[in-house]
Amino acid sequence: MSTHATRETTADVVVVDYGLGNLRSVTRGLERAGAAVEVSDDPDALDEADGVVLPGVGAFGDGMENAGPFREALRDVADSDTPLFGICLGMQMLLDTSEEADREGQGDVEGLGLIPGTNVRFEDPDLKVPHMGWNELRVERDHPLVAGVDGEYAYFVHSYYAEPEDPNHVVTTTEYGADFASVVANDDGTVFGTQFHPEKSGETGLRILRNYVDLCAAES
Amino acid sequence: MTLTKRVIPCIDVDLDENGDAAVYTGVNFEDLEYTGDPVELAKKYNEAGADEFVFLDITASADGRETMLSVVEDVADEVFIPLTVGGGIRDTDDIKETLRAGADKVSINTGALERPELITEGAKAFGSQCIVISVDARRRFDEQGEHYAQVDGESCWFECTVKGGREGTGIDVVEWAAEAEERGAGELFVNSIDADGTKDGYDLPLTSAVCDAVSTPVIASSGCGEPEHMREAFESGADAALAASIFHFEEYTIEEVKEYLDEHDVPVRL
Repeated sequence: MSTHATRETTADVVVVDYGLGNLRSVTRGLERAGAAVEVSDDPDALDEADGVVLPGVGAFGDGMENAGPFREALRDVADSDTPLFGICLGMQMLLDTSEEADREGQGDVEGLGLIPGTNVRFEDPDLKVPHMGWNELRVERDHPLVAGVDGEYAYFVHSYYAEPEDPNHVVTTTEYGADFASVVANDDGTVFGTQFHPEKSGETGLRILRNYVDLCAAES
Repeated sequence: MTLTKRVIPCIDVDLDENGDAAVYTGVNFEDLEYTGDPVELAKKYNEAGADEFVFLDITASADGRETMLSVVEDVADEVFIPLTVGGGIRDTDDIKETLRAGADKVSINTGALERPELITEGAKAFGSQCIVISVDARRRFDEQGEHYAQVDGESCWFECTVKGGREGTGIDVVEWAAEAEERGAGELFVNSIDADGTKDGYDLPLTSAVCDAVSTPVIASSGCGEPEHMREAFESGADAALAASIFHFEEYTIEEVKEYLDEHDVPVRL
């Protein structure tokens, strides 16, 4: 339990550990936002959670391979009312597929298929790739996750971005060469993801994590 | 609005006489002065609007590494912005334990020059986004380089050095930057032995030469004495500008630097 938690614990959140990346910051960020966090590599742990966070850095093909054992459990979460929150690669994995796996010679890698669409690479030759740094969020449609963050900055590191088939699944956009989807959500609003890292986005990021924990608490 | 330019305070971590972590600030990679506790500094800079931190372990010792990892853990628990950690990273195990401690990126210098495959291995195992290749460049006014820039009417090239600039490698920085990118580096962190500690501004020909050679983000480092120097680095193509002493010695706050940049049409996060 963090001594710096600024709120009472309101929801039990499971952070999916499929062997990639720094989970410390997302765990501490969620704790700061009031969650009791369990980092778990056990798909069964997702059943009882008030909320599930799918983090991730690195390549789409590797991510899907490592997250393979969680595929069914994550689909079950998506079918329930439990909020499922993908971060960065975790968000990209919510879609059907990604150009990245194909480019890396890994063929057609199937994503979780929870939000129809694919992930594509920044192709403008004038752009530096990865898109790395702080960029602005523009809220395109209401979703509790992004309450209070219109016009604020978040921290991004990525070379691919989500292209949902249905524009209604785009919650916020951000401009880098052209507008891209920086937050996506499904029709029910219970499956969503941010391309940026809320756990690395200072006060704005903590606001989003608090919004998330509030959503989880409402479901608990 | 679009992607903003990043202002990054650099925190050099050494051990004090009690073996505790302490921040020191140097002049020309030498003459270190004590400037504070790393975690307290990180919190202060975060509140002042730092976009990211670079922590460098300047002890180059096993004790130093342990201490550094615990500093990284403490900072990562307190401060929710990106952390880059460098110093003494030689293999993928070093990368892994640094990321586990809460770093988002590792900065690799000598370890990559000695064994360039480390870049490839690190990028494959952890993703390019966390592999930062750092160079300590030195101007050389002779015929042994590959890429030349004009500096004060003279032609020079930039050599990768090791051991804080005391040893040359004969490797051309521009050539090395392109190779590092090819191998999967996600960012380049460009220090200048000539400019370090001078406060006369970044080595702009160096910054331009590297930015022109690669399409990954570039952090300009060494020589910042005032906000205008950061503006010059950004105008030379840098994506981020790093400074140590102007912040540690409180000559300027990060807010002041960002306000100056904003007034001069450099996009920053305010």
